[in-house]
Amino acid sequence: MTNVVDITDLRVSFATDSGTVRAVEGVTLQVAAGEVLAIVGESGSGKTVTARTILGLLPETALTSGAVLLTRKDGSATHDIVTLRGNDLRDVRGRDAAMVFQEPSTALNPVFPVGWQIAEGLKAHSRISDKDARARAIEILRLVGIPDPEHRVDHYPHQFSGGQKQRIVIAQALVLDPGLIIADEPTTALDVTVQAEILDLLRSLPRDFGSAIVLITHNMGVVADLADRVAVMFNGEIVEQAEVRTLFSSPQHPYTQRLLDAVPRVGGRRLRDRVRVADELEPMAVDESATPVVEASDLRIVYPGRLRQPAFTAVDGVNLAIRPGEVLGLVGESGSGKTTIGRAIAGLTPVSGGSLKVHGVEMLDVKEKVFRPVRKRIGFVFQDPATSFNPLLTIAQCVAEPMVVHGLAPNPDEARPRVDELMEAVQLPKAFGDRFPHELSGGQRQRASLARALILGPELLIADEPTSALDVSVQARVLDLFARLQAELGFACLFISHDLAVVDLLAHRIAVLHRGVLVEEGTGDEVLGAPKHPYTQRLLASLPVPDPVEQAARRETWRNLRAHG
Amino acid sequence: MTSTTTGAPTGVAPPEPTTPATPAAKSRRSGGHLGSYLLVRFLLIFPTIFILVTTVFVLMRATGDPITASLGGRLTRAQLDERIAEAGYDRPILVQYLEYLGNIFRGDFGTTISDNRPVTEVVMTYGAATLELAFYALLVALLVGIPLGRIAAARRDKGVDASLRITGILAYATPVFFAGILLKLIFSVWLGWLPVAGRASTDAQIEIQRNGAGTGLFIVDAIATGDPAVVLDVLEHAILPALALGLLTGGIFLRLVRTNVIGTLSTGYVEAARSRGVNERRLLRQHAWRPALVPIITVIGLQVALLLSGAVLTEKTFEWKGLGFQLVQYLLARDFVAVQGLVVLLAVVVALTNFVVDVIAALVDPRIRY
Amino acid sequence: MTDTSLPEVGLAVAHAAPPTPEHTSLWKRLPVVRHVRTSVGLQRTMLVTGLVLVLVFVVTAVFAPLLAPYGYAQLSSGDVNFGSQQPPSAENLLGTTVGGYDVLSRTIWGARPAILVIIVAVTLSIFAGVALGLVSGYFGGWVDRVLVVIADALFAFPSLLLAIVVAIVISGGQSSMWGGVMAAAISLSVVMIPQYFRVVRAEVVRVKAEAFVESARVIGAGHLRIMGRHVLRNSTRTLPLILTLNCSEAVLTLAGLGFLGFGIEPTAAADWGYDLSKSLSDVTSGIWWTAVPPGVAIVLTVLGATLVGESLNDLADPRLRTRRAAKAAALSPVTAVPGGVATDRVPGVESIDELEGPSDLFDENGPRS
Repeated sequence: MTNVVDITDLRVSFATDSGTVRAVEGVTLQVAAGEVLAIVGESGSGKTVTARTILGLLPETALTSGAVLLTRKDGSATHDIVTLRGNDLRDVRGRDAAMVFQEPSTALNPVFPVGWQIAEGLKAHSRISDKDARARAIEILRLVGIPDPEHRVDHYPHQFSGGQKQRIVIAQALVLDPGLIIADEPTTALDVTVQAEILDLLRSLPRDFGSAIVLITHNMGVVADLADRVAVMFNGEIVEQAEVRTLFSSPQHPYTQRLLDAVPRVGGRRLRDRVRVADELEPMAVDESATPVVEASDLRIVYPGRLRQPAFTAVDGVNLAIRPGEVLGLVGESGSGKTTIGRAIAGLTPVSGGSLKVHGVEMLDVKEKVFRPVRKRIGFVFQDPATSFNPLLTIAQCVAEPMVVHGLAPNPDEARPRVDELMEAVQLPKAFGDRFPHELSGGQRQRASLARALILGPELLIADEPTSALDVSVQARVLDLFARLQAELGFACLFISHDLAVVDLLAHRIAVLHRGVLVEEGTGDEVLGAPKHPYTQRLLASLPVPDPVEQAARRETWRNLRAHG
Repeated sequence: MTSTTTGAPTGVAPPEPTTPATPAAKSRRSGGHLGSYLLVRFLLIFPTIFILVTTVFVLMRATGDPITASLGGRLTRAQLDERIAEAGYDRPILVQYLEYLGNIFRGDFGTTISDNRPVTEVVMTYGAATLELAFYALLVALLVGIPLGRIAAARRDKGVDASLRITGILAYATPVFFAGILLKLIFSVWLGWLPVAGRASTDAQIEIQRNGAGTGLFIVDAIATGDPAVVLDVLEHAILPALALGLLTGGIFLRLVRTNVIGTLSTGYVEAARSRGVNERRLLRQHAWRPALVPIITVIGLQVALLLSGAVLTEKTFEWKGLGFQLVQYLLARDFVAVQGLVVLLAVVVALTNFVVDVIAALVDPRIRY
Repeated sequence: MTDTSLPEVGLAVAHAAPPTPEHTSLWKRLPVVRHVRTSVGLQRTMLVTGLVLVLVFVVTAVFAPLLAPYGYAQLSSGDVNFGSQQPPSAENLLGTTVGGYDVLSRTIWGARPAILVIIVAVTLSIFAGVALGLVSGYFGGWVDRVLVVIADALFAFPSLLLAIVVAIVISGGQSSMWGGVMAAAISLSVVMIPQYFRVVRAEVVRVKAEAFVESARVIGAGHLRIMGRHVLRNSTRTLPLILTLNCSEAVLTLAGLGFLGFGIEPTAAADWGYDLSKSLSDVTSGIWWTAVPPGVAIVLTVLGATLVGESLNDLADPRLRTRRAAKAAALSPVTAVPGGVATDRVPGVESIDELEGPSDLFDENGPRS
């Protein structure tokens, strides 16, 4: 079989303010025609740099050595991209290999119709009339599943949904009929149900269009779903290459093993059970009869409209309760209202209707004066570790802030002993207290964030997607710590996440939100083991599992659900 | 003006809403809000004008009445009081303010003290000259700023870019009147190629008055006379003022175009187009240019204010008898009714221009159009 | 603008760069020093040239009495009158003006009112603008909307005309040195306050939505504490830039006022704009020495401030910043970090993420910076 790409001893380094940095160190790999090769790795592993090298798309600060041989689909020409310049390089781009980007909303030009943008690629490689280009654009839009393409071809990107935009980006690549499509995290920006649709489309490409795919991803579920072969990258090197089933069933390299180990799985062993066994803690039963820490009934939250936009109902008649010591997992896709509920409980977003009681205080039309004492008993962990700390204060000052605000310490220095205690609890060295936020890694910052949330010993913790910005292995560590602390300290918790598997690891009960409505609630086994609501079923079936064999079976379930839904 | 710092400082920034709108809310929001945008933008003209009129009124009247300011040294106290009472400046300030607003609403911007003419008439007489100058200057600025800005962005950090940037900064750093003086010195006095000042030579002016179209726009009038010599004369007079004001503004446009195009050249969609083999020339002229155009147009609109400030100085430098020249005369004569009237009228012009520019920007941006 | 889709090349990450309280020496942390150190090529040349010009301007203003051969209002040396419109000579190196003053001396003395106007105007407007922007952006509501409309209206209005109106109010026209300086400074403040207001407000609105401010709200911190401790200091990063550009604008507007006859009496101080307006008629008769020196002084002063401002702008914006190209020679083992690549993001921001890596790799080495 011929290889579409043949990379030999590729090395890439970048100039930065702190000197030259090596991104890729001696990568050698091949992609056969019609094959799907997944390159997996965590951030900074060099996977994206490797993929971009295939199209010569690195910034000017990059220095590349080695060979990247790219062969045309019909086998008529082979070029070494590393040495190619100017018009020769331009000619290869799109024709021999085309790229699908991570973020469809930034990959599409907002001020041109999508049809025009598709035609631009065609015109770059052949003399084609506007009329023919348009016809080709319509045809390809139809093939990638855009309904009513004759009409939609003249629409602008903002008139399409996120999933449709990604289909258009794929169409832009496909229309040039390249032998290779490089998909860089093609579903990372998408919701899980949309992701399933896009993966389905990508899977059809080798078969229907004869294109090989290089898939760059950090998501092992996506790998299991799509790839024929996998290359695992770590520190700029490929540590392991194997056929997909082999890799998942018997990973050879220790890094691959750790990576696979760290991936959360639905129905896997619950972290809280594991933690208890390890620490020999008594399993703490949730007292069903205790007064709930949080109780919402018929909760409604509306973002008021402005002159040019209608009001938006983010949460519509939700009933839920969190009892002392209980972890409630709140799951939903973007726009489901899950974050809004978390913010309302913390008093960040006003409640518009119904009732929301937090520690017995009614949040509807609540006065800050009434709610302020309650704030002491609530901790909050934010999603983005990059912005959740004031960049001008040290970690210790940030963590001590709640104590100072509530008058438990006159200044951050007085609070230091307690801060150190918590730093230890979240497994950070005390010395880190004197560092500034940007001097900590994402995972470290998220642990410091947990320390800040817990410093006043709250009875309720709200965690809004606390690990979604982290790499898998870092996420595993933070989740483990989280479960441990919850078991030890016994606080109630609202754990908000888009990831069913993560929620399943931690939560006693799971609530599923869909467009502001709570569609299903129950224990993990109930909701994920035997989902009743069609949306939950679809959500669950859309989630790719990190096991190629099982995923193949689940794909059928998903197809059936989709056919009947 | 510090245009580079704030990107697109518009009053009503068209794109994203500030409320924590979820993606669902955004996608629902598409469809037919150009109309409402235009309406909101149009209504915003009125508070803008109102604020400026009020600011100018409060400032001007804070010091006292215009009669004393204008004729203070020349008349006795009693005579002054009589004139003040006659003009109604002894009434409560609020009454005067409301009357002033009412007058402006009816198109009455006051009557000058020094030569006793309605301000509107002054504008009619001299407005055309300023309009003509502003038009020439804008033409020069656009012809210089846009192509050079694009070249600088495309050749970023290369020699061409460096020299263009330095030129742009120099253009900004040179006061328009000093540029005018230098141009005069070189092209009129030393080389003797072009006239020193004025809008036309005396003969041409007589010819224009006799046979012109009477528009006040000398170039139109000159063409109407049908005499090529007159047209040439008018053009010769226009070259230096247009260059002085136009190059200054052009330097700012250059900077503006460069920054915005560099911004769009590094976006994901340009990168995506490049990855499909679209050539650099086309990336620059289409893919990066169109999206950059929206902020560019908006900021160019704000430069109208700068252009007017510059016009006042240019007119004085070249004795170009337009509104700016006239404004300076009234300033020197301490005729503050005239100054107030002219400033307020210019405020109206600026507010209207900004509205038109924002509408154009909205039409270019499909996110607002659809 | 949208981020570049270069997750691992990370130009975009730099947006998140905090105002860098690093553990390096204080000297290297000072804004301008840090900028000079991190700049390369043209940007460095521009920055250094700008700084030199600004320095020359300041030195001239401070030491004017020592540098200038004569006083700004001196008409004669000893018993000999300079005479009017005399060409450059040994006596008057740059000739004399129509009023019989020494051009060189007046050009040097002219730096004084200019620098005074800059100091007074910038101080006034920065305090007022920042305070208004902070309160308006933080609390929002109808006060905010009204202030925004007012600021926008004033911002869009020709600044010179506004300055003229204010100058009339304050001085009623020409005046003494301090009268003229204050008139110009206050009129400039009126023009500049909206600029500071807009910029600070925009930053406050942005910072207010950041998680660390929300976090302070969740904790229950009061408004004053949030504004003072969390919002204000994180909202001032663009101020140095506007400040330098406003210095340019101050000099230009002062010159414009002087040129239109709203300057300072020649006997009270030297004013570049005023001298230029007087030189207008000289030029027609081919007398260049009265016009060129004050004009060049204005150009160089504005150029200096603008060059500094432009360079700061470029360096602050990762999209505009030039970086050194990778050098093959530098391919020594630089990747001390296990996840090396990460450092191609802006150092110190996200780079250390990989330190953590898989859990057993976690150590206490911390970042290398």
